[in-house]
Amino acid sequence: MAQKLYITTSPHVHCGDTIERNMRWVIWALMPALFASFFMFGLGALIVTATSVLSCLFFEWFITRFLLKRPSTLGDLSAVITGILLAFNLPSNIPLYMIVVGALVAIGIGKMAFGGLGNNPFNPALVGRVFLLISFPARMTSWPVPHQLTAYTDAVTGATPMNLIGQIAGGNSAAADQLPGLGDLFLGNIGGCIGEVSALMLLIGFVILLCSKVITWHIPVSILGTVTVLTGIMWLINPVLYVNPLYHLCSGGLMLGAIFMATDYVTSPMTPKGMVWYGIGIGFLTVVIRYFGSYPEGMSFAILIMNAVTPLINNWCKPKRFGEAVK
Amino acid sequence: MNTFKIGGVHPEPNKLTADRKIETLALPVQAVFPLSQHIGAPAVPCVQKGDTVRVGTRIAEPGGFMSASIHSSVSGKVAKIDSVIDASGVRKPAIFIDVEGDEWEPSIDRSDKLVLQSNKSREEIVECIKNAGIVGMGGACFPTHVKLCPPKECTIDTLIINAVECEPYLTADHRLMLEHSDEIIIGIKIILKVLGIDHAVIGIEANKPDAITLMRSKTSMVSGIEVMPLQMKYPQGGEKQLIEAVTGRQVPPPPALPANVGCVVQNVGTVFAVYEAVMKNKPLIERIVTVTGQDVKNPCNLKVRMGTPVSQLIEYAGGMPENTGKLISGGPMMGRPLLDDTAPVVKGTSGILMIPEADAIRRAERNCIRCAKCVQACPMGLEPYLLATASEASDWECAEENWIMSCIECGCCQSTCPSRRPLLDWVRLAKNRVGGIIRARNAKK
Repeated sequence: MAQKLYITTSPHVHCGDTIERNMRWVIWALMPALFASFFMFGLGALIVTATSVLSCLFFEWFITRFLLKRPSTLGDLSAVITGILLAFNLPSNIPLYMIVVGALVAIGIGKMAFGGLGNNPFNPALVGRVFLLISFPARMTSWPVPHQLTAYTDAVTGATPMNLIGQIAGGNSAAADQLPGLGDLFLGNIGGCIGEVSALMLLIGFVILLCSKVITWHIPVSILGTVTVLTGIMWLINPVLYVNPLYHLCSGGLMLGAIFMATDYVTSPMTPKGMVWYGIGIGFLTVVIRYFGSYPEGMSFAILIMNAVTPLINNWCKPKRFGEAVK
Repeated sequence: MNTFKIGGVHPEPNKLTADRKIETLALPVQAVFPLSQHIGAPAVPCVQKGDTVRVGTRIAEPGGFMSASIHSSVSGKVAKIDSVIDASGVRKPAIFIDVEGDEWEPSIDRSDKLVLQSNKSREEIVECIKNAGIVGMGGACFPTHVKLCPPKECTIDTLIINAVECEPYLTADHRLMLEHSDEIIIGIKIILKVLGIDHAVIGIEANKPDAITLMRSKTSMVSGIEVMPLQMKYPQGGEKQLIEAVTGRQVPPPPALPANVGCVVQNVGTVFAVYEAVMKNKPLIERIVTVTGQDVKNPCNLKVRMGTPVSQLIEYAGGMPENTGKLISGGPMMGRPLLDDTAPVVKGTSGILMIPEADAIRRAERNCIRCAKCVQACPMGLEPYLLATASEASDWECAEENWIMSCIECGCCQSTCPSRRPLLDWVRLAKNRVGGIIRARNAKK
């Protein structure tokens, strides 16, 4: 017998899944929304997204190469996703240097400071986004109106559906007339952050993620379900102040957050039961912040808060064990 | 279609030998019989160097209640009682017999004639099975006579025949059903008689439609024996998973047994061996082995005498492919790697699998990205990522609290991990330690 044999314990086969395969599918799933954003915001969307992705890649390379002195981790593609998601959470008229700062915070503080992919407690893109929101509140809360294809920082800004929903809840019933139709909301023909505007394209991304088995339905469905139920109750109580839940579902960062940000592997719970509680928590906090907080939008904060609770959820929500006595 | 409920994976079936008829392998030059081929105490030799033995002569007696006898599968002279490295990779005592001719014990009925009836009592049947050295042929090698005598306080209502064969590549049970269905039905009736019940279910995975059709036609006139096709999902043939798939009952965690939920599970190969022992007076001296692999020239199903060196099986299958990087006894999900091709075929050898070097090498492990795929895959509802982490940190308490002793070592977690973490290695380590801690605690009480 000439062959040299390897000795390892079972199992001796692997399904072939890799980190890269999952990341590639997330990138593919983000493409429809990226396409919609180019269509709505043109040049601005292109510049912001490209800058964000390149900055994230650069910082991850720089930190692994010179500070950690480890082999490069760019190949796992997670920095690309952080870059796209950070850009998706920015308005299309934001100046370049802010994007670079956001990318540094996202990759440097959000991810690498904790030991890189797999160890970060918070979603890196949201860490970057919230840092920018707190540091540059004016630039981060003025959104260009769509269809200014060649404009960048000079784009004309206007009220987003989220602003209007807030104003209506504050008693300004005139704002209700400015609210775009549900069709425009669903397709994304509205103002807002780059990647969040088109609910339709984000839902197509959701289907891609489900079909490629990158994520399960638990987190997105429980978030969207919770928001629908809570805003639905408020709408039923007072339809003058509180808008139809469909407006909530299609506006702001809800879809983007529920499908792409909250489902981040590293920062979400490990069991289906835990994922549902996590989703309910995010949905609840989002509605609370949207209606009662000082920011018009609550998705980012809701996800970050629930990221912090994830270890506790993992402790509380154990899977149903085989043979466990029925209580 | 019935299946177990929690977790599971879908490995490539790769049943290359499903259409290959069982062929009989020639006698070896020397046969080697390790004394521990079963769960429990090793057998004790009852022959000495120089003794002449025939096919079917008992050469080792049970070493305790939980043990099994071993019979010579060849005729010839005992060359020595020494040690051999078996499929577990550990050197173990063994009896070596030089083959001379092929002379059988006269008490064995070697004809192909089907024996339908026996007037043996229950006790006589169990004694017969015990004397034949029969153990579970699915791979676990649990002594069958022990399994057929469940604790008095348990009421058994269902006999489940495990013909699932969910391990990729293996087709030994599949072929056995196609070629020896009548014997299997009689074997089932024998076991039903021992258990004193009248309900048996044959669980077959849906990827063997020919076996399902055949067994259905054979059992249509037999009351009490039912054929149940099961969904293709690994580990459908795990004992606890199979019980759940067939009856909907979940066996509680260890130390509970299948008998606690009224079930006894027997592998279809074991049933065949029971038929031969009871009706033909033939001890367990040969078995069906699938010799296979992606690049193997002539993958086949062989009827092999126990003790035959694996090298002889590989030679029959066209030799070991140049690119072979791993030689496995059993299937790719739970099989054990062999150090070389000199190991003998034993009672639990269901297959010999040759894996190309490219697939044999483990890829580098990376950070856990907490994708939760191991949690979704675990058929026991455990959290493999957590158990592995606890094991790495030597946190045995955490491992025990999180049900580590329920792990059946099916390998679903590790085979799905995108970060290629050796989850099951860590879990096995912790299982071992926690098992020791539990035993020590019970001993104190």
